[in-house]
Amino acid sequence: MKWHRIYALLLRYLYLYPRSVPRILDIFFWPVTDLLVWGFLTIYLQNIQPDAPYFGRMLLGSLILWNFTNRSQQGISIAFLEEIWEKNLINIFITPISLKEFLAATILVGLARIAVLGTFLGTAAFLMFHFNLLSFGWYLVPFILNLFVFGWVLGLFATSIIMRFGQSAQVLAFTLTVILMPFAAVFYPVSVLPPVVKHISLALPISHIFEGMRSVVLQQSLSPDTIVIASVLNIIWLIVALSLFFFMFEYMREKGQLSKLVD
Amino acid sequence: MEKILSVKNLSKTFNGVRAVNNISFSVAKGEIVGLLGPNGAGKTTTIQMILGLIKPTRGTITVFGKNLETHRMEILSEVNFSSAYISLPGNLKVWENLYTFARLYGVKNYKKRVEELARFFEITPLLSKLYVRLSSGQATRVNLAKALLNSPKLLFLDEPTSSLDPDIADRVRKLLKKIQKEQALTILYTTHNMIEVEELCDRAIFIHQGKIVTEGTPKQLIKRFGLKDLNEVFIKIARKS
Ligand SMILES: Nc1ncnc2c1ncn2[C@@H]1O[C@H](COP(=O)(O)OP(=O)(O)OP(=O)(O)O)[C@@H](O)[C@H]1O
Ligand SMILES: [Mg+2]
Repeated sequence: MKWHRIYALLLRYLYLYPRSVPRILDIFFWPVTDLLVWGFLTIYLQNIQPDAPYFGRMLLGSLILWNFTNRSQQGISIAFLEEIWEKNLINIFITPISLKEFLAATILVGLARIAVLGTFLGTAAFLMFHFNLLSFGWYLVPFILNLFVFGWVLGLFATSIIMRFGQSAQVLAFTLTVILMPFAAVFYPVSVLPPVVKHISLALPISHIFEGMRSVVLQQSLSPDTIVIASVLNIIWLIVALSLFFFMFEYMREKGQLSKLVD
Repeated sequence: MEKILSVKNLSKTFNGVRAVNNISFSVAKGEIVGLLGPNGAGKTTTIQMILGLIKPTRGTITVFGKNLETHRMEILSEVNFSSAYISLPGNLKVWENLYTFARLYGVKNYKKRVEELARFFEITPLLSKLYVRLSSGQATRVNLAKALLNSPKLLFLDEPTSSLDPDIADRVRKLLKKIQKEQALTILYTTHNMIEVEELCDRAIFIHQGKIVTEGTPKQLIKRFGLKDLNEVFIKIARKS
């Protein structure tokens, strides 16, 4: 791993933002729309159910945390797609960059995106809806870390699928997290899910994180097991996703797809 | 002569179709070698295998005396490639593109290097333009500048002049010749322009349906086939099957 190569790619992606309004909007637009919808909903809920103020906290907490997974997933998928759109995959991969360095750069891009978005959403939720994300205290660290890593796992899956099936599969890069959302127990507890779905849900690290967040809101406490289970699941998913990603890259080399993905 | 590139029994099969069929050749230091042949002959596949972009079905590739499979990164840092069929990111400015690749190659003093190459290819006024705004001739010159950023010892050019007007194409050839002379740069070159081959290449390798049909200096080839020029040689080879 050489930092100068990771840095080179990181800058390459960051160059794009200042001059592109759609790109900046892409980071903020949907999350802010979500925040407004759910924020006003919580105000309404509080009016009709004044004795359950925790509802609002749970919903807004879920929403903001969900965005960490969603945006981190897009970080890697879009970085890879960017190179396909710009017919740049060949240029990149004939430099002495390794796949690990390429991935490291996408992690940093993802981190930069969620740092900006997290700060923005957190501040907006505080100013508009009196919701303080920081009230989760130190729990936020393992929460965000796990959500981020799983988003990255999803990004690796989406990218692998694009490598296998070409650009026509790119819609997946944008919808994978949305497809997963019903199973991830984002806004409701795992217990409301039908039994089969429950199993799927419990296999996802982020379900445990959202359960944990609700536990912090309702009981002001969190069993350390929750974080351990989420982290172990994340490691397993990460190993699977990375293996698939490296396998698919070799598959592309085998099939001569690195230059043909542009077609 | 020091061998820069050596390819042995190289084959590539795509879904049962033999794109490259057991070819062997080598390129000496400072040579410009033309890899010629009709559409679909296997030129691009060969070059992409040497760049590590396509995995060979069989055969070995040795660059700078090192095996490509085991020394890929080391080799790639001293190799570069340009082609008319790839481009740089259009949504980046020319200087952003060149800086990015210079950093990826770990070029020391890269700002100075970019300045030098920009002057050489007369693209200095274009540096602050978005790449997508360039005409194809301007883009080709930027691509060539990118391909020389790391001062490669071995350069692959896949139809680099195909989108250029005759004037610019001529200037690019002269530039390449100049760099080759000054820096003993080795170039493997594909083109469908036979006049270009006669002017530029020390040696030409003809491939057809994945196999090497003949090779030699342009003069030798014309003589061997008893024809007027390389264009006629090409047509003869292409129509042989
Ligand atoms: N990724 C791929 N998958 C399947 N077949 C391929 C692939 N790449 C090339 N081929 C086939 O391999 C053969 C050689 O193609 P290649 O691109 O190497 O030819 P070329 O000599 O560069 O031709 P041209 O002069 O048209 O550029 C062709 O028959 C082509 O259809
Ligand atoms: Mg070709």
